[in-house]
Amino acid sequence: MAKRIYLDNAATTKVDERVLKAMQPFFLEKFGNASSQHMLGQEAGMALEESREIIARSIKARSDEIFFTSSGTESNNWAIKGVGLKNLASGKNHIITTKIEHDCILNSCSWMEEQGFKVTYLDVDKEGFVNPEDVRNAISEKTLLVSVIHGNNEIGTIQDIKKIGEICKNSGVYFHIDACQSYTKVPIDVRKQNLDLVTLNAHKINGPKGVGVLYIRRGTKIDPLIHGGKQESGMRSGTENIPGIVGFAKAVKISKSRDIRKMIKLRDKLIYEISKIPYSKLNGPKGDKRLCNNINFSFEAVEGEAIGAYLDVNKICSSTGSACSSRSLAPSHVLKAIGLSPLNLNSSIRLSLGRDNTGEEIDYVVGTLRKIIFKLREVSPFKLKYHGKKEN
Amino acid sequence: MYSKNVLDHFKNPRNMGAMENPDAEATVGNPTCGDVMKIMIKVEDSRIKDVKNAPSFRKIGSLESENLNGRTVEASQMGNFIISDIKFQTMGCVAAIATSSMTTEMAKGKSLEEAKNITNKDVAKALGDLPPIKVHCSNLAADALKEAIENFEQK
Repeated sequence: MAKRIYLDNAATTKVDERVLKAMQPFFLEKFGNASSQHMLGQEAGMALEESREIIARSIKARSDEIFFTSSGTESNNWAIKGVGLKNLASGKNHIITTKIEHDCILNSCSWMEEQGFKVTYLDVDKEGFVNPEDVRNAISEKTLLVSVIHGNNEIGTIQDIKKIGEICKNSGVYFHIDACQSYTKVPIDVRKQNLDLVTLNAHKINGPKGVGVLYIRRGTKIDPLIHGGKQESGMRSGTENIPGIVGFAKAVKISKSRDIRKMIKLRDKLIYEISKIPYSKLNGPKGDKRLCNNINFSFEAVEGEAIGAYLDVNKICSSTGSACSSRSLAPSHVLKAIGLSPLNLNSSIRLSLGRDNTGEEIDYVVGTLRKIIFKLREVSPFKLKYHGKKEN
Repeated sequence: MYSKNVLDHFKNPRNMGAMENPDAEATVGNPTCGDVMKIMIKVEDSRIKDVKNAPSFRKIGSLESENLNGRTVEASQMGNFIISDIKFQTMGCVAAIATSSMTTEMAKGKSLEEAKNITNKDVAKALGDLPPIKVHCSNLAADALKEAIENFEQK
């Protein structure tokens, strides 16, 4: 196969041509500052509000509850720190989150601990599910905020946010979800699901990088983190990234449920075929509780980083949770949280689909992966039954 | 991220696989990233060709000291022993597999003394550059080689 096959859509996606087209005029002709009074400024301002409306509708929110930011990371930081700092006087200093959050939540929480907050990191089960009862049990009168990742970026687990939202509502605790991976793939309804804060971003859904959103339910007590010219109702200063925001809204508008169905088909085909490779283990759940584009496998006795490098040599882009690929040299905290054995912990590979992937590509990937695993096991001192006898 | 040479050794590892009846072997692991490496060596002496059938290294040593009119031959004076064959098996990342391959290539035909002095820096240098984050992975191969040689000496 001559073309590169991109299976790292959970990291980022290609900008859709229609998105790029929608953005272009806002670089060249309609480049005004949305705060300016003149025609160009008004044009930008109108585009900004239209975009806000589109995104608000997509999660059944009001448009004055949508605040644009620079990224999912910024939105997540803002949710944790902004709510924490604003409510210092209330005496509530307890945050509940999980062990499988994205680093921007975990690192924001550990920073809050340095500021004197208490943080509970909830365990998850073998498939990565948070038990809503654990949330209920962890809530005390000191609890201010619960923050949970909606669809996990590594293993694709989709949490029961409706149940957790209900518990939070009944306890008078703010509920934040990080929906960077799940947005447009799993329905989000801020009213029905009792969500107070929701993090969204554009570049995981074929939109541009550098744009995020924090939905903040009206009446939520939260401080801004970025002070300045009082853009975004004074909640997030800085000249609005109009081309990016327009691109974000366009990406939301063109997302289709048939793309989801297509990805589910390809996902399940990949899972079925890869499961046939001996000593392979699917990480995360099967079926409709798994993100439509996520596949994560461990292969005993080989290293994930080596699999990824071999896939790359074969023009397949993937991602690994292996320690040897990360800056910290620590294996994935998510795979650790679901209780993988050391031999499986460093042997994982994540394939994440996009709407452009084809069945033909998937066939090629399965065949290539099978050969790679065989070859790496040949090099490995751990001989598995796959090659005859098991040593060591 | 990786140089051509590193990727070449990764994709086409030299001296890879199991060895029947090695004279010595060593398995080392790096708990930080879970790499495990096994090295197997065959050793020959320039005067006694069939080391395998000689009773043990110490015997060979004493045999030599007799030949040399009672002069004691220390373990450190093993210049006559060469690594005639070497094999490795590694579970690890690209850098670990590539450095394993390069280490075996560098050690083959060398005297035990020379081979023991191969450092991970030598291996990394021979491969070209390794990404800084990967340097720790390269420690494994030279360590395993050293340990295999020591296991041989203690036989």
